[in-house]
Amino acid sequence: MTIELSPLDQAMLNGEHGAAAAIAMKILAAFSSAVGAPKLIDIAGAHIDGCLYHGQASLDFVERLIEGGGRVKVPTTLNVGSFDLIHPTLVKMPEREAHPARQLMKAHLELGCQPTFTCAPYQTRFRPRFGEQIAWGESNAIVFANSVIGARTNRYGDFIDLCCAMTGRAPAWGLHLSENRRGQVLFKLDRLEGEPSDAIFVGVGLVVGERSGDRIPVIEGLPRPRDEDQLKALGAAAATTGSVALFHAVGITPEAGTIDEAFGRRSPEETIAVSRADIDHALARLSSAPDGSPISAVSLGTPHFSYEEWMRFLPLLRSIAPVQGIPIYVNTGRATLKKLLDDGELEGTQAFNLVPVADTCTYVTSILERLDGIVMTNSGKWAHYAPGNIGVTVTFGDMEDCIRSAAVGQVVRGA
Amino acid sequence: MPEPDPERTVVERTGAFQLEGEAAGSALVLSQALSFWGGIDVHTGNIIDQSHPDLGANVAGRILVMPGGRGSSSSSSVLAEAIRKGTAPAGILIERPDPILAVGAIVADFLYGARMPLVVCDTSGIVSGDKVEIGIGRGRQPTIRILKR
Repeated sequence: MTIELSPLDQAMLNGEHGAAAAIAMKILAAFSSAVGAPKLIDIAGAHIDGCLYHGQASLDFVERLIEGGGRVKVPTTLNVGSFDLIHPTLVKMPEREAHPARQLMKAHLELGCQPTFTCAPYQTRFRPRFGEQIAWGESNAIVFANSVIGARTNRYGDFIDLCCAMTGRAPAWGLHLSENRRGQVLFKLDRLEGEPSDAIFVGVGLVVGERSGDRIPVIEGLPRPRDEDQLKALGAAAATTGSVALFHAVGITPEAGTIDEAFGRRSPEETIAVSRADIDHALARLSSAPDGSPISAVSLGTPHFSYEEWMRFLPLLRSIAPVQGIPIYVNTGRATLKKLLDDGELEGTQAFNLVPVADTCTYVTSILERLDGIVMTNSGKWAHYAPGNIGVTVTFGDMEDCIRSAAVGQVVRGA
Repeated sequence: MPEPDPERTVVERTGAFQLEGEAAGSALVLSQALSFWGGIDVHTGNIIDQSHPDLGANVAGRILVMPGGRGSSSSSSVLAEAIRKGTAPAGILIERPDPILAVGAIVADFLYGARMPLVVCDTSGIVSGDKVEIGIGRGRQPTIRILKR
């Protein structure tokens, strides 16, 4: 199908805005045609998931854009890379792999991208607003932007997110358009007793992801979250077990004031009842080590820890005061880390074996000192991917259980 | 166009290009969608996804036939890298359009001039080992000729 280009699109395609813009527009037009988008729309920002090195093609593409004098046209944040540029000795990688990985991260900066290197750009000053059109990569960021903020993006990724940033345009299709944002499948949650734990939100996300297929889920009966980090955990889990790019939670997320609004006044295609047992079962599958097993590390902050999560974590760390020598890795954005350091918030935490990690994440690169033991995490996403990516055995628990387990050197839950 | 082998049944159909191009090769039919990221070894083209029923099969130079793409957008990079290294399929036939495979194919074409056609079409009746030819027909629509094994 042919797409309708605006005069500005056409000028970019013709090279009037430089060789790099022409390349980006050419690829964007080919892509739009491949997905059936009739035209392009303006975007307010982009988030690029191209900093993880997958081979020479990753670097070749960015370098071609640099040679063509490329510069992003909208504010553009960067996702994690394979390297912690703030703590370069943390990543144990042979130089022949480390070199192109670092190159790729730096090459994106030459295009004018912001050195955020975080999977949680919604925790930076580049957070989009309700209704804004954006082109974002990184599954957890996409689902957060669409669902929790009500900004509009499709599941963009490698190469194409950068083409959107270089042109300030995105194909008019999918979740950019109001008619495609209506809910399709209803998840009815059983009433949950007591204060909802972080794990409940992870568990709901796992179930919703598994059973939504390519439909947009609407969740009814979700307990009111303590903060947006619980919704972040839900979305990240749903985008891990499934390909969820947008969920609605009735009475909670901005496009779902009522169930009627969430479904755009239509009926659900399917209704799925979710019991407490379904949630517990999904969570249990994240853990392949029983209580009492010795642990070799704790990994928190997938997606990257927000400042608010640090403010809940640090008092717990200081009061439980683990001194068994079990490292507690916490992945976070460099801007968040800088604020913590500037405020002196991390003073004395080395004694508890806290290892802050910035710019990357412990499941995408070699950071963990030991891969032979069991690693405990509070992240559904980390628990799902780490065994395949870095070959560790994982067990899942709430943040407080993770710290307590580090203190006794073995898995303990629900103290 | 070569004469069809009289010993073989020939089936022809059309579809829609996600990336236009020509290719021919032996079909590799997957019963489940494959994610290229975490799914193939880019150095060899072997399927390495432990949970995939076709674990161990090799996609290099084949006409890969599957229901659709799956999983992470990093698959775009892995497909482009496989095309660069010559370990990618010669062409891909899928039932449902897939934006992630489309990006990988479009970018490899741009960077390396290596065109791996990506076609959305009815894949029923194709079995592994059939010879499949993807051509460009009237109105730049794909023509898919299937020579039964």
